[in-house]
Amino acid sequence: MKTLLAAIGRAVTNSLDGAGKGVLLLRAILLQTPHAWRMRREILEQMQIVAIGSLPVVVVTSIFVGAVTAVQGVYQMQAYVPMKFLGTVISKSVFIELGPVLMALVVGSRLCANYAAELGSMKVTEQLDAMTIMAIDPNRYLAMPRFWASVLMMPVLTVFCDLIAVLGGYATSVLTLEVTSGVFIEGLQMFYKHSDLLGGLIKSFVFGGIIAMSGIYYGFNTRGGAEGVGRSTMTAVVGSCLSVLVADYLLAIILFQIVFEST
Amino acid sequence: MSMQQDWDIPPPPDQRVADPAAFKGIVVEGVSKSFGPKVVLDGADLLIHKGETLVIIGRSGEGKSVLLKHIVRLLDPDAGRIWVEGSDVQTLDDGPLMELRRKFGFLFQGAALFDSMTICQNIGLALEEHTDWPAAKIRARACECLAQVGLVGAEDKLPSELSGGMKKRAGLARAIVMEPQYILYDEPTTGLDPITSDAINDLIIQLQKDLGVTSVAVTHDMPSAFKIADRIAMLSKGRIVFTGTVDEVRTTTHPMVRQFIEGRSQGPLGTF
Repeated sequence: MKTLLAAIGRAVTNSLDGAGKGVLLLRAILLQTPHAWRMRREILEQMQIVAIGSLPVVVVTSIFVGAVTAVQGVYQMQAYVPMKFLGTVISKSVFIELGPVLMALVVGSRLCANYAAELGSMKVTEQLDAMTIMAIDPNRYLAMPRFWASVLMMPVLTVFCDLIAVLGGYATSVLTLEVTSGVFIEGLQMFYKHSDLLGGLIKSFVFGGIIAMSGIYYGFNTRGGAEGVGRSTMTAVVGSCLSVLVADYLLAIILFQIVFEST
Repeated sequence: MSMQQDWDIPPPPDQRVADPAAFKGIVVEGVSKSFGPKVVLDGADLLIHKGETLVIIGRSGEGKSVLLKHIVRLLDPDAGRIWVEGSDVQTLDDGPLMELRRKFGFLFQGAALFDSMTICQNIGLALEEHTDWPAAKIRARACECLAQVGLVGAEDKLPSELSGGMKKRAGLARAIVMEPQYILYDEPTTGLDPITSDAINDLIIQLQKDLGVTSVAVTHDMPSAFKIADRIAMLSKGRIVFTGTVDEVRTTTHPMVRQFIEGRSQGPLGTF
């Protein structure tokens, strides 16, 4: 019993310690943000890595998200709901939930693993120490550009995802599910609200921050050699995915039950 | 029975000064550091005089590199203090600490070159960050440093394209690019063949003559230590147990030093 309590105590202490260090890292990154103009080359380089490097996976994921939503929508609605609502179902599902969350899980995992492995390798080979000795703050030179690249590019990728998923849903509906083009488009327009799209983009903005912080934090705190880099990468990706899901729930309440509901 | 009685070990040298803030050089005073249950440094005292080359010797895992990293506050001690030119390193805020670090060059054991950058970019990074020099001038200075370490033509190579000895030399070029007042060498010759090791030793001596820097090297390579040192300090069991000139080290009867320089497995240092 004592051992169990000790283990629980250690886990809680470690979690709080990690959370505290994460907040301090976020603070340090935000404090370096005034240097963003000076670091524009590195930020743009990172944005390119996030965006261009992720495009193939975004396109494939989004097409199938739209297609699956269409197939499932038709299956669920066929006997009870007119098909003119299919476009509504697809657009709302994609804009509010599937677009931002799937991008955060799929693209985010790729990005988070990239950050954790790259920074972790730099840590275990003393490159971060070398940078510090050269009086170059790794938070400014490495963390800040990656953080803002992720935060700024996740909403952009989510817009791409939304667009391609709706097109995927449209193509699937029209070509294979016997839904006419006019009916689908009527459904798309019928209950469209800007707040759906905006809510999804706000979510993806926050998810971008979570993904970057997880990758950077675990990368910077890597210990050991190759095994340590592997462990950090895995922990960063798992931590990022779980944090995204928890944040999604909290944001759903904040955005769609409080903010947009009251406007 | 205590080790003292077994081996007749003399007391550690007096490495303290009355007023560390007035000392022109580096003062390490009572520094202790543990990693988990492992005590690495246990009240280490050391004086490093301005302009000298001090070599810290000791067995692998005794904390030589850890001590070196404390000087530039890559690590914070659990206890004790470090002064560099009268500044207590532990109390410095970010700005003054960065200023202090700019006085240092550091050659890491594995060179720690940034593997996504070319050698020229590695060497020029500090200049890019801390000066407003144009790119051409930065490249010229990087090439000059590479020439100093005998690496002409390696400017546009990636670190992965260099051998171990070339990486060390590139690391050395990066360490001197800002014309530091102090250079810290972490195992500068470890893992290199004897000829390359000697070339690195010559470079260290040459840089000392050319730049007049204060150098601190940690190594367990005795030929290298004898060649480059003005003074040698031995670290064992977390403390500096001996300091002396090269001649004093060669002739000392200190059992720990004798065991180490003679490479014997039997003695007060133990085997494992």
